[in-house]
Amino acid sequence: MPKLMGTAFLLLMLLPLTFGACSSKGVQTKKRTVTVAGSTSVMPFTEKLAEHFMVDHPDFVVDVQGGGSTAGIQACMNNTVDIGMSSRQLKNEEKLLNQIIVCYDGISLVLNPRNPISDLRLKDVRDIFSGKIKNWKELGWIDRKIDAVTREEGSGTRGSFEELVMNKEEIDDGIMVQDSNGSVKEVVATDPYAIGYISLGLVDDKVKAVIIDGVGPSIDAIKLGQYKIVRPFLYVTHGELDDSGKEFIDFVLSVAGQNVLKKEGLIGAYD
Amino acid sequence: MIKKAFTKEHFVKYILIAFALSSLLFLFLIFIFILAEGIPLFHKVGLKNIIFGFKWAPTKGSFGIFPMIISSFLVTFGALIIGAPLGLSCAIYLSEYSGKKLKLFLKPALELLAGIPSVVYGFLGVIYIVPLVRNYLGGPGFSLLATSIILGVMIFPTVISISFDALMSVPKTYREGSFAMGATKWQTIYKVIVPSAKSGILASFILGMGRAIGETMAVIMVAGNALRIPTSILDPLRTLTSNIALELAYATGDHRLGLFSTGVVLLVIIMTLNYVASFAIRRKVLK
Amino acid sequence: MRINPQFIDKIVKIGLNFQAFFTVGILVAIVAIIFFKGSPYLNMEFIFSSPEDMGRHGGIFSTIVGTIFLVLLSIFVATPLGVGTAIFLTEYTKESWFTKTIRFGVESLAGIPSILYGLFGFIFFVIKLRMGWSLMAGVLTITIMILPTIIRTSEEAIKSVPRNLRIVSYSLSATKWETVTKVVLPSAGPGILTGIMLSVGRAVGETAAVIFTMGSSLRLPTSLMDSGRTMAVHFYILAREGISMEKAYATALVLVLSILFINIVAYYIMNKVTSKYS
Repeated sequence: MPKLMGTAFLLLMLLPLTFGACSSKGVQTKKRTVTVAGSTSVMPFTEKLAEHFMVDHPDFVVDVQGGGSTAGIQACMNNTVDIGMSSRQLKNEEKLLNQIIVCYDGISLVLNPRNPISDLRLKDVRDIFSGKIKNWKELGWIDRKIDAVTREEGSGTRGSFEELVMNKEEIDDGIMVQDSNGSVKEVVATDPYAIGYISLGLVDDKVKAVIIDGVGPSIDAIKLGQYKIVRPFLYVTHGELDDSGKEFIDFVLSVAGQNVLKKEGLIGAYD
Repeated sequence: MIKKAFTKEHFVKYILIAFALSSLLFLFLIFIFILAEGIPLFHKVGLKNIIFGFKWAPTKGSFGIFPMIISSFLVTFGALIIGAPLGLSCAIYLSEYSGKKLKLFLKPALELLAGIPSVVYGFLGVIYIVPLVRNYLGGPGFSLLATSIILGVMIFPTVISISFDALMSVPKTYREGSFAMGATKWQTIYKVIVPSAKSGILASFILGMGRAIGETMAVIMVAGNALRIPTSILDPLRTLTSNIALELAYATGDHRLGLFSTGVVLLVIIMTLNYVASFAIRRKVLK
Repeated sequence: MRINPQFIDKIVKIGLNFQAFFTVGILVAIVAIIFFKGSPYLNMEFIFSSPEDMGRHGGIFSTIVGTIFLVLLSIFVATPLGVGTAIFLTEYTKESWFTKTIRFGVESLAGIPSILYGLFGFIFFVIKLRMGWSLMAGVLTITIMILPTIIRTSEEAIKSVPRNLRIVSYSLSATKWETVTKVVLPSAGPGILTGIMLSVGRAVGETAAVIFTMGSSLRLPTSLMDSGRTMAVHFYILAREGISMEKAYATALVLVLSILFINIVAYYIMNKVTSKYS
């Protein structure tokens, strides 16, 4: 009796495996895979694009990973993935990769909704992140330390932020670090004394977007050139893409693809 | 007929040798790879500069991991401060004051609790502990204190389980002899039982330390990951393990080697802890 | 004035009582919170549909499959390797440099933090061996991670089989291999199985080593080179990004229930087999 149970149990465990083996044999000849990895800013939007794409192209599988812009660029250079996602400009040593501008995205400084401050000067932001301003009372609020959050070094968002806001000044190393847009947003959403920077496309009512030098981050302000903290979302490839990859990119750059992005709060590549 | 059995036996033996060799290969693969990738940087940049350097900016040539070494030790000791006394008290209670039924129920329960993934602890820590620290004590909440609490709770099952075993293995005669001489229960416990279970209890603490210092995901979630040595328990900090996890995906060249060097340091620390622990356990058995 | 030791005894008893309940209480609270916050969202749909919209909607089916594939395959590789090595070390050799080296490796690797497995697996399997983020890279990494545990527990279990059993077996003219398979292994069975179950539990909850090797794709992995998420990885991402608290709790609940299930199965098997032999 125990033997019977044991065998039954083993078979039950093997079921998903056989399922997988069968489907992979049948599936591998049919499914076309595109692997994408990189920026955590770009990732949710790529996922959205992938979802739409795979509805119309059921024989495709688009695999999306995070890791950060630099990780994606590296993975692309190593040919670990087909497409790398970046939310910053390529550095000189990375320029050997093909880059495709997918869309534009603003970087928004965010505060907790309970923070009464709604606008800051760019210089203030710089001073907060370089560690010069440490307390909210210096900005007109209560006597409480500023809990600033930044992204990790390899982040494209951080790279763009450093380029567009910090302007050669270094981010203080006593500042907290989180490794994705989502987690920065979470910290700011739960800590009344926090400040961070995230992709504009990710701002919702959990956090408050900050008006910088009198200009609020909005799609119109960006299009009009008033809000200047903007960076491109790039797809990078190493050499020639295979057909599967090309089809996906074609979709991304098509009107349909661009509309998906615009609906999510991004700015089209052609705008 | 006998010949047949022999060749089958030989066949089996060679297969097992192959398995043992493969295991050896796998085991040493990771070991050697980490050492091979991690040691060169010590030569290139200097052991002192890495271990005692204060600045970690690997893309700019600084590989100082001292703040992170300190932070790793701080959270580990913090975890011990919270986990050891409470865990030991629990073990004492369970071995000396509780009935058979509870004891029977205990082991499986502890194993289940030990199996809860660390990310779950981290998650609950972010939701409950971090705001508590921030609202009642100050600071961002992501702090040495929060991390110590989470890690301390995480090592409860380890400390309780192994200390419990150690306490239970103290012979009944010790207790009986002590009572016969008129000692109270508590006197017996702290003068007789705990000292004889000393090695096992110590081993449980050390193994708990090993678990705490090696923890990564939960720490990333609650520690704040700032690169400075914390000046108070309310300050954020970054451990050696978190650093590897945060930068692994994009590190290249010397930066990547720097992470392996960090790995080597971790290996050394943990292997030392392991040997001390197994030495302590062996002493108990020999006694 | 000396305080009455009986009095101290009473105080201590109350103090220990309190501390013990506090400690256990915290651990129980953790499971309880997961249970109460997660169960409203745990239903058939959650288990059998895959994540949509980065996990904001849908279920966790693809992650359950990912977890099962990763863990089962790792066990399938690590068990024969590990038990075979243990048998070899205990039954077929004398102490030598070879056995000492293996034991050294096993001891040293015990307690190595999982992030170091992630570090190794990512650089070696994903990048250098060009496997990319894949089930295969994950399986290989997890196999190495659980191998020391399986070797160690199997060795202990085999060693604790009384010598008499073996002697009797040989005296009945059984060969070494027959002795091993028909006498030693069945007797050591529960111990070996415990080691395997422990490893299964660890692999199911593992995050650091998996996220860097198997990756975090939301798709259902259908081949060894596919990437995918395990439940633990999915939970981690949901939790830290604040994507959906409800789904996070529900995923955590499934995780905890899986581990509970694994532990129960382990105890059941162990009790069944030991009762057979006692």
